[in-house]
Amino acid sequence: MDFTLDKRHLLQQQLYRSFAENEIKPLAKEMDEAEAYDMELLKKLQRYGFFGIPYSREYGGGGSDTLGYTLCMEEVSKIDASTGITISVHTSLCCSCINQFGTSEQKERFLRPLIDGSKIGCYGLTEPGAGSDVQGAQTVAVKDGDNYAITGSKIFTTNSGFADICVVFALTDRSVPAAKGLTAFIVDLKEMPGITVSDNIQRMGLRAASNCIVSYDNVRVPADRVLGSVGGGFKIAMKALDCGRIGIAAQAVGIAQGALDEAIKYAKERKQFGRPITAFQNSQFRIAEMQTKIDAARLMTWRAAVAEDNGEAFGPLAAKAKLFASDVANEVTRFAVQLMGGYGYCREYPVERAMRDAKITEIYEGTSEVMKMVIAGSMKLK
Amino acid sequence: MKIIVCMKQVPDTAEVRLDPKTNTLIREGVPSIINHDDKSGLEAALRLREQHGGTVTVVCMGPAQADVAIREALAMGADDAYLLSAREFGGSDTYATATIIATALKKIGFDLVITGRQAIDGDTAQVGPQIAEQLGIPQVSYAEELRLDGNSLIVKRQFEDQAHILKVKMPCLITALTELNEARYMSVAGIEEAYDKEIKIWGFDDLKDDLNPDWIGLKGSPTNVFKSFGKQPKAASCVMEGLSAEEAVSEIMKKLIERHII
Repeated sequence: MDFTLDKRHLLQQQLYRSFAENEIKPLAKEMDEAEAYDMELLKKLQRYGFFGIPYSREYGGGGSDTLGYTLCMEEVSKIDASTGITISVHTSLCCSCINQFGTSEQKERFLRPLIDGSKIGCYGLTEPGAGSDVQGAQTVAVKDGDNYAITGSKIFTTNSGFADICVVFALTDRSVPAAKGLTAFIVDLKEMPGITVSDNIQRMGLRAASNCIVSYDNVRVPADRVLGSVGGGFKIAMKALDCGRIGIAAQAVGIAQGALDEAIKYAKERKQFGRPITAFQNSQFRIAEMQTKIDAARLMTWRAAVAEDNGEAFGPLAAKAKLFASDVANEVTRFAVQLMGGYGYCREYPVERAMRDAKITEIYEGTSEVMKMVIAGSMKLK
Repeated sequence: MKIIVCMKQVPDTAEVRLDPKTNTLIREGVPSIINHDDKSGLEAALRLREQHGGTVTVVCMGPAQADVAIREALAMGADDAYLLSAREFGGSDTYATATIIATALKKIGFDLVITGRQAIDGDTAQVGPQIAEQLGIPQVSYAEELRLDGNSLIVKRQFEDQAHILKVKMPCLITALTELNEARYMSVAGIEEAYDKEIKIWGFDDLKDDLNPDWIGLKGSPTNVFKSFGKQPKAASCVMEGLSAEEAVSEIMKKLIERHII
C-alpha cells in the first residue's frame, strides 16, 4: 500500500496548481459576479489538455488516469469550483459514456474532438420531473426510419450554454420502466434543428458555470448516434454518474482545502485581543479538526479513483467519498467564514463564494441521500 | 535547426531563507524550479522550432534530483534532454561549469545555444557568456526579443537605458531574459510523453576525451566563495501615503535635500 503520488502525478499536480493560481485565480471572482464563464480561459484549459486528462493519447487525450483527473479537480476547485464542474461534466459524464460505450467509429468522430480540446461536452439526464428518480423521465425518442425524433426537456444541463456535444437520455420504449426503456444519444447541441438552450439558470453557487434548460422539439437524430444498445441507456447513465462522483468528491476536497487555506492565511495576520487569531487554542483545534477531515476525504477520493484505475468495483467507494467529502466541504467552508468573521462574509474574500459553491456538492450527481442508498445497497442489508 | 537550451534547476527563491549562522541558502524543504530566465530561453527555442522546424534539446548540469526540472522541460515540448551529473563536476565555479557544458555541447552538436541570463540562486550571469567563449562562437546576452533571419538571428539586447538590435550569424549563443516571452505551461499529454522519454545522463567518463580533470570541480575553479554574509538594512524605510504625484515629488525632494543627498 503506497499513499504517495508518483512522479507523473506530482508533475501533473504542479501543472494544475500553477495554472489555477496564475490563470484562473485572477478571473474567478469576476466570473462569479458576471454569472458567465470566460471563454478565453476555457480555450486555454482546452489547449493544455484539461478536458481529456484520463483518456487515451491515441484519441488525443492526456493519457493519464482517474487519479490524475482528481488531482486536477482538487487544484482547480481550490481556486474556482465553477471551473471544476465545467471540466468534470465534460470529462466524467459526457466523455466517459462515449469512451466506455461508443463504437470505435463513434470514438473517432465524437470522443476525439472532445478530448483533444476542440469541443466541449455535456450530459442530459435530469428533467424537471425526474431528478433522483430517473423513472419519472418524460423525454421520448420515436423511431422514424433511420432516425429518431427526440422531444422533451432536460434541466440543469451543465455546460449546455456553450457545449458542442451532448449525451442525452430519452425513452425509446414507454411501455417498460426507464431502467429498460431509456436510450443514450449523441447530439450536436449547436447544429441540430429543434434544440433550444435557455439562459443560464440563476443559482446560489457555481455561478460562473453554464447550467441551462435544454428543450428538444422533434429533434432528428440519425440512428448511428445511439450510444450502446437501444434500451441500454439507464446502465450508461448510472455508470457515468459513478465516475462523476469521484470528480465531485475531489471538487469538494478542493473547495474545502481552498477555503481553509484562505482562512488560515487571513487568521495568521488578523490580530484581536493583541494576538493573531491563530494563536488562540480554539482556532488551532478547529483548524486541526478541519484539516483532518479534509485529509480523510482526500484519501477516500484517491481510494475510489485508484479502484477505478485498477478495474475494481468502485461505485460504492465513489459514493462514500462523495457523501463524506461534500459534507466536509460544507462544514469547512462554514468554518472558514466563521474564522474570518465579518470579512469572511464579504464578497471581497473568496471564502464567501466557496461556502455558496460547496452546497451543490451534496446535491448533484446524486444527492447525499442517494449516496446512502447506493452505499446501503452494496451492504446487503435487506 | 538544432537548438540546445541550457537550463538550471534552482531553489524557488520566493521561499528561500538564509541560515543566520553560515549565511548559506537553506535548501531543505524549499521547492526546486526551472530557473526563470532559462524557462524563457526554452520557450524561445520552442517557438523557433514551431515557426522554422528543427529540434530542441535541453542540457542541464546538476544532481540526479534535477530529473524533475528536465521532465518539466520535456513536458513543455523539448524533444530530448541530457543531464550532466558526476561527482567530479561538484564544486565547479562558473568557469569550470562552462568548461563542462561547452564540452558536452561540442559532442552533441548545435546550430544555436540558448541559455538564461543568470540563475536566481547565484546571480552571476557568467556561465552563458563563458560557454560561448569556450566554444569560440559569437554571443548576444540579455535578449528581450528574438527572431530568425535566414542563417542569422536578429536580437534585441536590453541595456540599462537603451536597447541594441544586433544581427548575429549562427552558430551562436543567446542569453535570454525572463521578459523575452511568457513561457507556456506543461500539457497533460506532455507530462506523460516526458516520462516515456529517456534522459541521457552523462558523467565524467562520457566527456573525458575532451575534458581535462584539472579544469573542473573545486580544483579546476579559479574562483572560490571566500565568505558569504547577509546585508544589514541601513535605515528604516518611510512610506508617504495619500499624496498626489506632484506632492509626492516635492516631498521626496524635500527629504533628499534635508539629508544632503542632493
